[in-house]
Amino acid sequence: MITVKVLKTVELSAWQKTYYPELWKGMVVTSRHFFVNLARFAGRAVGMKTKRPIVTIQYPEERRPISPRWRARHRLMQRPDGSPRCVACMMCETACPDKCIYITAGESLDGRIEKYPVAFEIDLLRCCFCGLCVEACPEDAIRMDTGYVEFGGYSRGEYYMDREFLLKDLGMEDKGRTTHAQYRGELDGVVVTRVDLLAQAKHH
Amino acid sequence: MSIVEIIIRLIIAFGAVFTFVALNALFLVWLERKVSALIQQRLGPTEVGPAGLLQTLADAVKLMGKELITPTAVSRTVFFLAPIIAFLPAPLLVAAIPIAKGVGVSDLNVGALYILAISNIALLGILMAGWSSNNKYSLLGAMRAVAQNISYEIPMLLSLLAIILMAGSMKFSDIVKAQETVPFVLLQPVAFIIYFICSIAESNRTPFDIPEAESELVAGYHTEFTGMRFALFFLAEYTQVFVLSAIVTLLFLGGWNGPLLPPAVWFFLKTYLVIFVVMWLRWTYPRLRSDQLMNFNWKMLLPAAILNLLISSVIYRGGFPG
Repeated sequence: MITVKVLKTVELSAWQKTYYPELWKGMVVTSRHFFVNLARFAGRAVGMKTKRPIVTIQYPEERRPISPRWRARHRLMQRPDGSPRCVACMMCETACPDKCIYITAGESLDGRIEKYPVAFEIDLLRCCFCGLCVEACPEDAIRMDTGYVEFGGYSRGEYYMDREFLLKDLGMEDKGRTTHAQYRGELDGVVVTRVDLLAQAKHH
Repeated sequence: MSIVEIIIRLIIAFGAVFTFVALNALFLVWLERKVSALIQQRLGPTEVGPAGLLQTLADAVKLMGKELITPTAVSRTVFFLAPIIAFLPAPLLVAAIPIAKGVGVSDLNVGALYILAISNIALLGILMAGWSSNNKYSLLGAMRAVAQNISYEIPMLLSLLAIILMAGSMKFSDIVKAQETVPFVLLQPVAFIIYFICSIAESNRTPFDIPEAESELVAGYHTEFTGMRFALFFLAEYTQVFVLSAIVTLLFLGGWNGPLLPPAVWFFLKTYLVIFVVMWLRWTYPRLRSDQLMNFNWKMLLPAAILNLLISSVIYRGGFPG
């Protein structure tokens, strides 16, 4: 069955055709926005508890809280003595879909653990922030909970994070306060030796 | 007056007028941005100075530091002169506006006529800018500006005539004096509305900003201008907004008449209130189409202005020359 719906066009009255009432309505809407916001600002300036006038977050000074589950830049966890928790099992490197984790394993000096990472490097430019490395880790040695989300930089080298950089204790309490600029200088001094595991594997 | 006195007076007048033009533009740009921000639930400038007050100053310094680019295809002389001629009337207009009784650069006895005559020089600057730019958008913008301003001049003049008829003088101080008891806005409401609409159209502001309609014309007649040349157009526009609002104040809102506060304060209070309404209108209404604009002028404003002049001349000057 086809139903036909007849829509009647609304006939404007002569008064409405002058647009006069609508012009006033428009002015009222914009003036309401203006004066309500102005009054709230004025109220806040005198110290009254008013509703927030405008919801803009003043970004660099003011930050939107991010979820604790937010996958931000990685960090390596430490043992109480400061050595990395990582046992160089290569699980994260295997799980990584971007192949951006490069681990060089070495034999541990104390007998309690077998291996430790001589080098643990992440190329942040290749990382897709999937979090599979965190899930793969049997030792809870790698986490993505730094809350660090500002990835600006001047050279590719700044995105190549080595073990010492990853081990810097940047917990959740530091989130938002750590900026890239803070570490740029330190990173510039570090000589990054890229371990090309693919080439090594081919060689063997 | 000796020669020395004349020269000193000239220097003081020059300094005062140019300082005022610059400060007014700095303040109005800030006000415009803040008003629009609050209307649109934004913050507006906040960084430079308290509440972003010095933002315009920073912008002005930036514009001064910019390169003056002259495109290869432009007509050089005209392109060079256009912003200067567009800016020229701004200080000349400010000079003719009395702020209070006896305060101001000059209070000409043909003040109202002078304002109308001088403000059209800016139009020449706009036309030169559009023509010399060798760019279709600039030319279209300039054409629209000229067509619009010339058309809106007529009802503006006719509603102004009604006021001159009431006051019996073209001198601003006489017109203000005639409003000591009742401001003309109550006696001439139609003339007020027509004059107000026309002055918004004259200053090329929304909803009458088709000369620089950015969605279709890039930036209209000042598309090709950079740095201080562009700033001159901007300065001229904001000074024109001030001048037109000041004239609305002088002609209709009783000028500097008002209780308690000193006259100059009343004058500026009223003027900036009018400017605020102009800005409020800008951030409320969309732009008119070119033909709607012309229809509105020729079919509504012009007949209304003529009728208003006719009726008010019968009512206020009926038969007997006063």
